Amino acid sequence: MLERARRSLARIGHNFIENIWRVGAMTRFFVMVLAASGTSFRRFRLVMREVYFTGVQSLIIILVSGLFIGMVLGLQGFETLQKYGAQESIGVLVALSLVRELGPVVSALLFASRAGSAITAEIGLMKATEQLTAMDMMAVSPMARVIAPRFWAGVISMPMLAAMFSAMGVFGGYLVGVVLIGVDNGAFWSQMQAAVDFRYDVMNGVIKSFVFGIAVTVIATFEGFDAPPTAEGVSGATTRTVVSSALAILALDLVLTASLLRGDH
Amino acid sequence: MTAENLVEIDAVTFGYGRRLVLEGINMRVPRGKVVAIMGGSGCGKTTLLRLIGGQLRPTSGAVRVGGQAVHELDRDGLYALRRRMSMQFQFGALFTDMTVFDNVAFPLREHADLTEDMVRDLVLMKLEAVGLRGAHNLMPSELSGGMARRVALARAVVMDPMLVMYDEPFAGLDPIAMSVVGSLIRRLNDALGATSIVVTHDVVESLQIVDYLYFVAEGRVVGEGTPAQIRATTLPVVHQFVHGEIDGPVPFHYPAPTYDEDLGLAQARAEAAHA
Amino acid sequence: MERTTIDLWFGAFVLAGFAALLVLALKVGNLGQERAASTYRVEARFDNIGGLKVRAPVRSSGVLVGRVAEIRFDNERFQASVIIALDSRYGFPKDTSASILTSGLLGESYVGLDAGGDDKKLADGDRITLTQSAVVLERLIGQFLFSKAQEDGAK
Repeated sequence: MLERARRSLARIGHNFIENIWRVGAMTRFFVMVLAASGTSFRRFRLVMREVYFTGVQSLIIILVSGLFIGMVLGLQGFETLQKYGAQESIGVLVALSLVRELGPVVSALLFASRAGSAITAEIGLMKATEQLTAMDMMAVSPMARVIAPRFWAGVISMPMLAAMFSAMGVFGGYLVGVVLIGVDNGAFWSQMQAAVDFRYDVMNGVIKSFVFGIAVTVIATFEGFDAPPTAEGVSGATTRTVVSSALAILALDLVLTASLLRGDH
Repeated sequence: MTAENLVEIDAVTFGYGRRLVLEGINMRVPRGKVVAIMGGSGCGKTTLLRLIGGQLRPTSGAVRVGGQAVHELDRDGLYALRRRMSMQFQFGALFTDMTVFDNVAFPLREHADLTEDMVRDLVLMKLEAVGLRGAHNLMPSELSGGMARRVALARAVVMDPMLVMYDEPFAGLDPIAMSVVGSLIRRLNDALGATSIVVTHDVVESLQIVDYLYFVAEGRVVGEGTPAQIRATTLPVVHQFVHGEIDGPVPFHYPAPTYDEDLGLAQARAEAAHA
Repeated sequence: MERTTIDLWFGAFVLAGFAALLVLALKVGNLGQERAASTYRVEARFDNIGGLKVRAPVRSSGVLVGRVAEIRFDNERFQASVIIALDSRYGFPKDTSASILTSGLLGESYVGLDAGGDDKKLADGDRITLTQSAVVLERLIGQFLFSKAQEDGAK
């Protein structure tokens, strides 16, 4: 009994230390990626290719999810606002929750599970089949040729996807609020415009999604690069990418919300 | 450094942690020759290639390629050296997201500032040499194991390297593909004036194509010689390997306590005697 | 330069991203309507601004004519100093009065302007002298209770 307690305590301690080690290794990895980024800008087509594979391929899921979330927000918001006779504020509710929170966060979560896991699997597989070693032996740095372009592609794609998600969501809210429920079109937009501030709300959302983009792609590329070169190793790394990305996104969101929204607004 | 040796390995010891993989290895690879490093699975052959390629550093001893001490080079020096050597991996390690053509063209596009026309000519030339010019539009997933190995061969020699290393080039190939790859290694080596190191456990195939063989077992060189010498050798390890005997100097059993002891028979017998 | 489908997709993707951002800025957000118009700033002092915040609307006859640009505390007069940015399309007489109002019972605070009769117009840097502070609900209730008690006492 005591032995079992001791052992589980030891395991918790081990996991804790393991996670601290991962955070440290990931930070070092991030710096290495930045240092190896020269190639990505000299040969921007490498980045463009990866934007196609990560960003463009995530478009459908991002747009469809954005539309649905906007519509749900519209319906739920209407239910609540109706009690206070403030149905016209439905636009405000939909737009603010999307632009500030749901747009960056949900699109980053979707991006992590759609593109992040694909990046991890791809890099892990390249490692398992010795493609990365082969590249290194050809005097081509895998860091510069494989990792950095994927990193920058993610950093570029993420704010774009988040903006598209929010825009789509507002459209969904419009469909439900104005077309379906019949809230006045003018009131819907004008109240929204009066309440949503470009600098405070929209730009803060963009900053958030930019940070999320960095976090997700660093985690995804690191997990792939660090994966044990076996089938189980790669599948485990893919799972870890999705889980750690989700945790990182939510934790960063808390920190960013607290620091960006401070002050008078 | 004598002029005729391209690769020299002097008293190299290497270990992962405390487990020693190589203990005091000495090897010479003369220029222009094809040298085989043979041995059972897990005897440290691949580790040797990685030491020559500079991916690993020896715990002690020296690895020299073309007069340069590989283990003392910094990253830039290592990359400069690697441009003149190439390595073919066990399963080809072709880039799965590129066509055959792009795979072979990869080192050229990364390192040489050539026009696309010149790249095309060079790549088709090398693909012609391995007989796969017609396959240049295929993806690696569409190739058979033997074809993938040949494409990897073309990619390995596309920069006309001075040293080509082959890691298990025959593993998992049917007999026909095996002799095709074997004769290609020999022909390409002679045509390019390169030097080749072939790591393999396939005795029959390598005896036909190489100039010199090293046998490695348990981290040491246990035998060496030209194919003729090896065929005639009386060294028990080499004899066992060449003839594929199950038990011998390379034991069938993993080190273990005696069978009696493991089954508890010794103790039982002792108790029986006591009673 | 050689063109590939990747270029096409990348271009389309980036354009779509910026288009979405533009929609968020112009259609959803407030960029576009206000930045385009030039403004002039006037000051108004209040004893109590209640829940007024920076960027709160400034309305006259219910029409949006400007926004609160800045709120300071004047440590000499012990009053709140509110800087208002007014749309330069609208001119107001010098004796215009400003009051802090609330839209609805619990809605957000805004500044209401009531035009006076002066011939001269307010200019950049001027001060609105006639002001009425925010109505603080607690005080209102307190006053109501007080006057009620007085009425009862008088009977």
